[in-house]
Amino acid sequence: MIDIQNVRKSFGDLEVLKGIDLTVERGEVVTVIGGSGSGKSTLLTCINGLEPINGGKITIDGTEVHARSTDLNKLRTKVGIVFQQFNAFPHLTVMENVTLAPRKVLGMGRAEAEAIAEKQLRHVGLADKLSTYPSRLSGGQQQRMAIARALAMSPGYMLFDEVTSALDPQLVGEVLETLKMLAEEGMTMILVTHEMSFARDVSDRVAFFHKGVMAEIGAPDQLFGAPRHPETQAFLSKVR
Amino acid sequence: MFDTSLTLRDLMFLAEGAGVTILVTAISVVIGTLLGILFGVIRTQLGPVLSAPLTFVLDIFRSVPLLIQLVLGNAFVGMVLQIQISGFTVACMVLSLYTSAYCAEIVRGGIEAVPETTRRAARSLGMTWGQDMRYIVMPLATRVALPSWIGLALGVMKDSALVYVVQVTELLKSTQILITRLQEPLFLLLICGAFYFIISFPLARFGGYLERRWSND
Amino acid sequence: MFDYTFQWGQAMARLPRMLDGAVVTMQIAVLSMALGIALAILLTVLRLSGSRPLMAVATTWVEIARNTPALFQIYMAHFGVASFGLYLSPFASILVGITFNNAGYLTENFRGALKAIPDTQSRAGRSLGMSQIQAFRYIVMPQMLRISFLPMTNQMVWAILMTSLGVTVGMNSDLYGVTQDLNALTFRTFELFAIAAVIFYVITKTITLGGRLIASRLFRY
Repeated sequence: MIDIQNVRKSFGDLEVLKGIDLTVERGEVVTVIGGSGSGKSTLLTCINGLEPINGGKITIDGTEVHARSTDLNKLRTKVGIVFQQFNAFPHLTVMENVTLAPRKVLGMGRAEAEAIAEKQLRHVGLADKLSTYPSRLSGGQQQRMAIARALAMSPGYMLFDEVTSALDPQLVGEVLETLKMLAEEGMTMILVTHEMSFARDVSDRVAFFHKGVMAEIGAPDQLFGAPRHPETQAFLSKVR
Repeated sequence: MFDTSLTLRDLMFLAEGAGVTILVTAISVVIGTLLGILFGVIRTQLGPVLSAPLTFVLDIFRSVPLLIQLVLGNAFVGMVLQIQISGFTVACMVLSLYTSAYCAEIVRGGIEAVPETTRRAARSLGMTWGQDMRYIVMPLATRVALPSWIGLALGVMKDSALVYVVQVTELLKSTQILITRLQEPLFLLLICGAFYFIISFPLARFGGYLERRWSND
Repeated sequence: MFDYTFQWGQAMARLPRMLDGAVVTMQIAVLSMALGIALAILLTVLRLSGSRPLMAVATTWVEIARNTPALFQIYMAHFGVASFGLYLSPFASILVGITFNNAGYLTENFRGALKAIPDTQSRAGRSLGMSQIQAFRYIVMPQMLRISFLPMTNQMVWAILMTSLGVTVGMNSDLYGVTQDLNALTFRTFELFAIAAVIFYVITKTITLGGRLIASRLFRY
């Protein structure tokens, strides 16, 4: 369970998260939507401990993320994150990209790591690209590789930060398919996205962020069909 | 307190050496730069095939230790041509050619960094080759070349420490002479190193600053 | 005026000894590069450490290496260090001096290479549970070394050229040292040093061209 309580986060004078409360249960898929600068991406990097927070607390399976005693490196092996930029490691083949962390962080042997990597890469449809370098892959393929790379750590939770925003329109579909497949398999996920019909399709709950505040959260049919908050209504009418 | 047998006269001796270092450097950098610009322009104008002999000769200056260049220059003038000229002149001649070889590369790089489209635009406005060079290519190429050129000039100053081999007593040689006499190597070397550092460090920083500033636009 | 008769035969007879010297020259250069790269990686880590004293150590090293003559650095390794009662042999002095110089210049090259690697690379590593050191070791450093490969071959050429300075601290088994000793025996200065120049030229060209070949073959990504 990911439990977010009254989380505040500032960059200098700019407060980007103004007290966020959100609980995500195991097996749940929660989508976060909102305009740019609403703080939704920042929340994901805070959950993963890549950014410190200024107030409140985030707990994952009982471990407080920002507590001093927490081993963040260990915690991050349980919480995978995929970014807008694919962040492929250019000097490594697809296979090496995926096996690096299992081998060096989890201490797996090469054979075991490669077996897992192959399984995950087949899962995302890259079984034929194992010895290819990322520069030879399309954006969509690189992003699917990044997903496989995170999945190879067998995380309990996955965070997706606008993973289709940097893709050419014709490549968005293949990545969304992969995400949908994961959701159907029961992966616990928090997604930040601009793909509204996708959000409506896969989510158990949808949250709308506005200016650092979670203005509204609810079932997809309710939030998209009958938004309560005036800002949600305004946002949805703009993106449709 | 610090104890040394270094006298004021010794300090003057070092200062004289420093003067020689600066003089050799200044002469070589000026002549070397003029030659370098000439060679660099020739290379870009003639193209890689026609300028291959020039490229080859200049390349030798960058592939053979300066110490050997100085010895060979000295032997050639003294033993082969049997002309009596001072070590100082030989040092300046060799260092000038050495400088010109690196400078030609810098000039070529600067000129090649000017986009062909910009030059065509200049020519389409009716500018002559000379005008294009004078008003378009040179100002733009200078921006690319100047930081490297500062680096080159400082490099020549540091490399001028090798002219001792043709009997020129510059700063490092003067230091060594005093070391032999006073037996205070560390102290004397620190004075000598500080001199190079005080000249080189601020100029190198300035070059870095120019590079950063000009690479931003 | 041109009554000087070249006697190439006499000098060429010494070629085997000079080639032995060339081997020593290459040994010094290769060793000083291997040590220089290792030290430059260490200095780069110090620079990234965020600790002020450690960063100051790295910066001081780099600036002294870049702003004083290589010959000065070799003198320091030989005569300067001797002031502390530590006497380095000619071979050790030249090796220490060139290594110091290599490490300084390479650290500066690495700094430039790091600028070309986006922060998100290290961040992606961290997000997979890697420690800061692991992210540097497995993700940033390999890319840094590949970007710096051609500058490293340039530094290797400099290392070869710098070996000629060993003669100033009594080194006589390297190519320059051997040539100078032969010169003292035969006085065929021009011929001997011309041959040495050709050998240096061949070595440095081989490094430059070899480096380019390796770079185009090896780094396919």
